[in-house]
Amino acid sequence: MAAEREPPPLGDGKPTDFEELEDGEDLFTSTVSTLESSPSSPEPASLPAEDISANSNGPKPAEVVLDDDREDLFAEATEEVSLDSPEREPILSSEPSPAITPVTPTALIAPRIESKSMSAPVIFDRSREEIEEEANGDIFDIEIGVSDPEKVGDGMNAYMAYRVTTKTSLSMFSKSEFSVKRRFSDFLGLHSKLASKYLHVGYIVPPAPEKSIVGMTKVKVGKEDSSSTEFVEKRRAALERYLQRTVKHPILLQDPDLRQFLESSELPRAVNTQALSGAGILRMVNKAADAVNKMTIKMNESDAWFEEKQQQFENLDQQLRKLHASVEALVCHRKELSANTAAFAKSAAMLELLSDYIRLIAAVKGVFDHRMKCWQKWEDAQITLLKKRETEAKMTVANKPDKIQQAKNEIREEIEEWEAKVQQGERDFEQISKTIRKEVGRFEKERVKDFKTVIIKYLESLVQTQQQLIKYWEAFLPEAKAIA
Amino acid sequence: MEEHQEAGKEIKPSSTLVDLQGDSSLQVEISDAVSERDKVKFTVQTKSCLPHFAQTEFSVVRQHEEFIWLHDAYVENEEYAGLIIPPAPPRPDFEASREKLQKLGEGDSSITREEFAKMKQELEAEYLAIFKKTVAMHEVFLQRLAAHPTLRRDHNFFVFLEYGQDLSVRGKNRKELLGGFLRNIVKSADEALITGMSGLKEVDDFFEHERTFLLEYHTRIRDACLRADRVMCSHKCLADDYIPISAALSSLGTQEVNQLKTSFLKLAELFERLRKLEGRVASDEDLKLSDMLRYYMRDSQAAKDLLYRRLRALADYENANKALDRARTRNREVQPAESHQQLCCQRFERLSDSAKQELMDFKSRRVSSFRKNLIELAELELKHAKASTLLLRNTLVALKGEP
Repeated sequence: MAAEREPPPLGDGKPTDFEELEDGEDLFTSTVSTLESSPSSPEPASLPAEDISANSNGPKPAEVVLDDDREDLFAEATEEVSLDSPEREPILSSEPSPAITPVTPTALIAPRIESKSMSAPVIFDRSREEIEEEANGDIFDIEIGVSDPEKVGDGMNAYMAYRVTTKTSLSMFSKSEFSVKRRFSDFLGLHSKLASKYLHVGYIVPPAPEKSIVGMTKVKVGKEDSSSTEFVEKRRAALERYLQRTVKHPILLQDPDLRQFLESSELPRAVNTQALSGAGILRMVNKAADAVNKMTIKMNESDAWFEEKQQQFENLDQQLRKLHASVEALVCHRKELSANTAAFAKSAAMLELLSDYIRLIAAVKGVFDHRMKCWQKWEDAQITLLKKRETEAKMTVANKPDKIQQAKNEIREEIEEWEAKVQQGERDFEQISKTIRKEVGRFEKERVKDFKTVIIKYLESLVQTQQQLIKYWEAFLPEAKAIA
Repeated sequence: MEEHQEAGKEIKPSSTLVDLQGDSSLQVEISDAVSERDKVKFTVQTKSCLPHFAQTEFSVVRQHEEFIWLHDAYVENEEYAGLIIPPAPPRPDFEASREKLQKLGEGDSSITREEFAKMKQELEAEYLAIFKKTVAMHEVFLQRLAAHPTLRRDHNFFVFLEYGQDLSVRGKNRKELLGGFLRNIVKSADEALITGMSGLKEVDDFFEHERTFLLEYHTRIRDACLRADRVMCSHKCLADDYIPISAALSSLGTQEVNQLKTSFLKLAELFERLRKLEGRVASDEDLKLSDMLRYYMRDSQAAKDLLYRRLRALADYENANKALDRARTRNREVQPAESHQQLCCQRFERLSDSAKQELMDFKSRRVSSFRKNLIELAELELKHAKASTLLLRNTLVALKGEP
């Protein structure tokens, strides 16, 4: 069996990996065309693009245990990949063996009618160094603002259009400053495209702000009262934070869909985000199916890191929810207080951050779920392979003439196929695990920064409020003394 | 229901509400109060060197209904028609906090033990505060009566203070309550009628002015009282909100492993302290502002009542005049009409005089009390604001200092 595999190019020469990757570009474009013809293979795929930036974080030399122990692995189905084994990546993209069919993810989700506006080759316009530099995080030179909500249209067909302004010095954008008009469903469309492409590979895609039928209807109906302006303002702030989080992610930043969203003046209308559309209902059904699936999969979690992290995130989620509820009560009461005393309510900002994070954590959980699914597929593939082998063995034992030979050959082919699938499943699983680890690390860092900044801002605003209070009371005091 | 023993010595809020002339010949105070199930029993202690009393120091136990009885006795007494009768103390009402305590007891399991303990503490403090307040109200009522040169000599008052046994004043039964209610309606209708009567001219500018002022004032102060109550409530809710926030933050903090840990813990501490501060702000506001407003709302109502009585007397006087004229023209029963008219005239004049005095007293009392309370309120608010600024600044420095 091992002979049928090409030995993976385990080199120390990292640049060579990258060169292979460049070959992988062509592979990629060719597969785009194969994709059109074979749309329904439900395998999780890996985008070479991600490998590029993931590698740029300093690939370290490490052993790859896997290939040598392939057979053991098939028997035990335990994984022992160390965290730092970036050599795996080149294998995936550069092996042009026909057994591997890297399929772009858009094909994966057959029911989703995403527009195939994914122009894959565009990703590789940039040189490797640029990519590495930018993906290193600190030199993020892109600023996004969402402003100027205006009402477009009338009655129930009205919507709010927001101006999305981008200021950047990144070369992947054609201009350094530009702005476009987008509506809420455009944002949702962007999110669903990004999610469908990246979630199942293990990246944490920031969640989009939630729909609110009540709020939107109020705006549509044209009530110019403070609650609808508040709603629009909240939504605008939420959209801005969403975009900022998305571009902070080095991988997502390079996605062509994101760029199209930021740059092009006309965007194909994302109809699937309507609450009551066919796609919406399908999404709900899928969600339900997922939930059931989750309950039935009993994953043999062999990696303690994941278990610990998942537990951590569960706890964090609960805590944040509780905190969120309390802060909501605080906001409510402060609002009452301010209505009664004409002061200001600053805890709303805290609230915003908390609800954002609750949803982010849900996204993280989603990523973990995908990993589980990946694992399951791998398991299935292994089981099928085993069965096929058994059949083959039985046949050899049975020892019948010609007809059997043909059948045997068929079985042989099938076995080869399934072996490949198993390998693929395994590789994908590892890939996703690795990606998740990195993502979680990045997420944590971001989280710490985020929380700190918001907390500091909140406290500072509290200080300000108190100081103003002091001013007012000091002014009042002499007047009180003058009462006669 | 728990029993709360109150050593009334510390309670001396009467001086903040009412400026009493330090007349020491009759000193009344509520030295003790006990809350039993539905009732509160006050121990009224009197110190007096008046010859009327049998001893110089004595005390009795009274309940709320007996206070009301005393008040009504004053109101119904014709002799005091020209005086502002101090408003009756409000009924002790623990319903709200009792409910909250109960709800907390049934409570949900999502709150941790520390949270529960803290909330229970808060509620108990609230209960205690209400209790103290009601004792103070009753005391102020008695003390104003004792300070007033005319009212203190009332026989009923003496009985109230001295009679050792239960005054067996039952609470008003439904008929009496209804009667009282109807009487109020009649009174306001009457008032409207009198003022609407064309023939009735206010002879004295002073009273005219006072009347309009009082009416306006009363409504305004009622509004202000409501709003102050709402502000105080919000402040309290705010302070209570900090409890779960602080608890959630500290559990988040214990869970975290990175730099956020210390930040969260510090935040939790901050919120805990902020909570105490806010709580104090709320209670200060309550004491200085709301209580004062409430008291003067009732007092101004009493003043309005006085004015009404005077007006009524004036109307009677006018009627008597007319009757006299009629009698004179008919030349029958002139004598009784005349004496009746005389009576009314005297009454009216007496009322006017004392009313004038009373109203001026009222005004000065009111002004000085407002002044005092508002100054104290402003100073306290300043103190709290400064304290919380300091607290926040310290936490900010600590947070920023960390990597």
